[in-house]
Amino acid sequence: MKELVVISGKGGTGKTSLVAAFASLAQNKVLCDADVDAADLHLIMDPQIREQHEFESGHTAIIDLDACTECGLCRELCRWNAISEAFVVDPIACEGCGICYHLCPARAVEFPVDTCGKWFISDTRFGPMAHASLGIAEENSGKLVTLIRQEGRKLVEQQNADLLLTDGPPGIGCPVIASIGGAAAVLIVAEPTVSGRHDMERVAELAAFFRVPAMVCVNKFDLNPEQAEAIGAFAGRKGIAVVSRIPFDPVFTKAMVEGKTVIEYDGHSEGARAVRALWEKIKERLGIS
Amino acid sequence: MIMSIASGKGGTGKTTVATNLAVSLEVDVQLLDCDVEEPNAQLFIQAAIEGVRTITTPVPKVDMDKCSLCGKCGEICQFKAIVVLRDIVLPFPELCHSCGGCVAVCPEKAITETGRELGVIEWGHRDGLEFVHGRLRVGEAMSPPLIRKVREFTRPGALTIIDAPPGTSCPVIASMKGADFVLLVTEPTPFGLHDLKLAVGAVKILGIPCGLVINRADMGDDKVWAYADKENIPILMEIPFDRRIAEAYSRGEMLVEAIPEWRQRFKDLYNRIIPVVARKEQPR
Repeated sequence: MKELVVISGKGGTGKTSLVAAFASLAQNKVLCDADVDAADLHLIMDPQIREQHEFESGHTAIIDLDACTECGLCRELCRWNAISEAFVVDPIACEGCGICYHLCPARAVEFPVDTCGKWFISDTRFGPMAHASLGIAEENSGKLVTLIRQEGRKLVEQQNADLLLTDGPPGIGCPVIASIGGAAAVLIVAEPTVSGRHDMERVAELAAFFRVPAMVCVNKFDLNPEQAEAIGAFAGRKGIAVVSRIPFDPVFTKAMVEGKTVIEYDGHSEGARAVRALWEKIKERLGIS
Repeated sequence: MIMSIASGKGGTGKTTVATNLAVSLEVDVQLLDCDVEEPNAQLFIQAAIEGVRTITTPVPKVDMDKCSLCGKCGEICQFKAIVVLRDIVLPFPELCHSCGGCVAVCPEKAITETGRELGVIEWGHRDGLEFVHGRLRVGEAMSPPLIRKVREFTRPGALTIIDAPPGTSCPVIASMKGADFVLLVTEPTPFGLHDLKLAVGAVKILGIPCGLVINRADMGDDKVWAYADKENIPILMEIPFDRRIAEAYSRGEMLVEAIPEWRQRFKDLYNRIIPVVARKEQPR
């Protein structure tokens, strides 16, 4: 089994539209949406939920004011300024470190487990899918990413699939680090802008840091061919293959509005043809059929 | 006033709005780029950098000569960042949240703190505009502590514009908490609207007034207008899809310099924000 994780550094470069299009093209695969913070792949995949689970992770402190002696030790120890003068914990500021819970002399602090999201195993018209939604303003996105990728791997084993196709999150922080470890390769979707190039360079550095092989595709390359060239040159210096250039084509947005992949919406469009060519190259590099 | 610019979905135009708004206003403005994972504002602002500081977060260091292997540090740590083995205590600094629990609980005072590098903060000016940004070290997982350090540059009395990261989890909350207003930038597509709803959810939890900028307003569908109406979120600006705008952006040019008539539109945007802040109007 091979796992391909699609990342970008910068948000909005077209990760999810490409993953959806690959879902149309790939054989014998399982889909995984690891962008748990702002998951969008389900908007195209229209998953029929087979299983739904709560995601429990981390803790939040609650002070029992009847037991509290107002000694103030917790406020002194808390580095998150999460405890008010009236000894009420701000659940958003609370890091869940438990220092107040462990050291309160009156044992007045409760420390229940948080439910920070949900995860799902679903069926789609392209095969099974593991996906999740982190609760708004919640923490532990990295742990949920790790969990959902493990569930994706289980689905791959169950149906003896060849490929786990994972839609990754933007950025280079904790959820991205959790998304790429152990993957066969990452595909970095870059846009030919100064921001896109800057962000692509940082996420390529991250992939190298964790020793995950990377490929790059430049989306909307004709918007600024000079920047597209610069991305190619950077990739060349770092030994990263530029596997494709995809032209700017409004068909991607039109397909999204219809809830379809670009292949389903108009398989003969310029965008769809470029994605097909890209997919052939990725298959070759991953060594899958 | 502190104004955070957020979106849910990435790539909707947060940085475009934040940078162009910051340079268009004739008030005392500071721009803080809190998208420390991928800070892009400086690519456009090109502030003359006047200072750099490396930011670290405290992580434990164990003096094994003092340690009695009692195991209390391993018990208190919620993040598996310090593990007590048979004859040694192993800190895992990259997992540490810097709560200080192990230091506080150690009866032998064997644990002190050293620093783990989170990244750097740079600051400077572009003409009268004060600029600060953070750059997370590649390989570092935790951005909120660095974001909080960038926000320490907030100067009371100034208009502080914060460019927030995408998403709705802890880094976004760290960039919005305590703001007087959140300007949400979206695009009228299913992905844009879906993630906007999440961002509005976060704004509601924090109880902050918000308003909307719709970028590439003529691409996609019309569902975001209906949503804004239903939620009582004022639409304060629409930016059409214009290849000239996209190309200027791709070269790192400021919109208000490439197409100067936009300067007045960003001033108008600010003038529409002020009454929303004054009314403390929140989404339904």
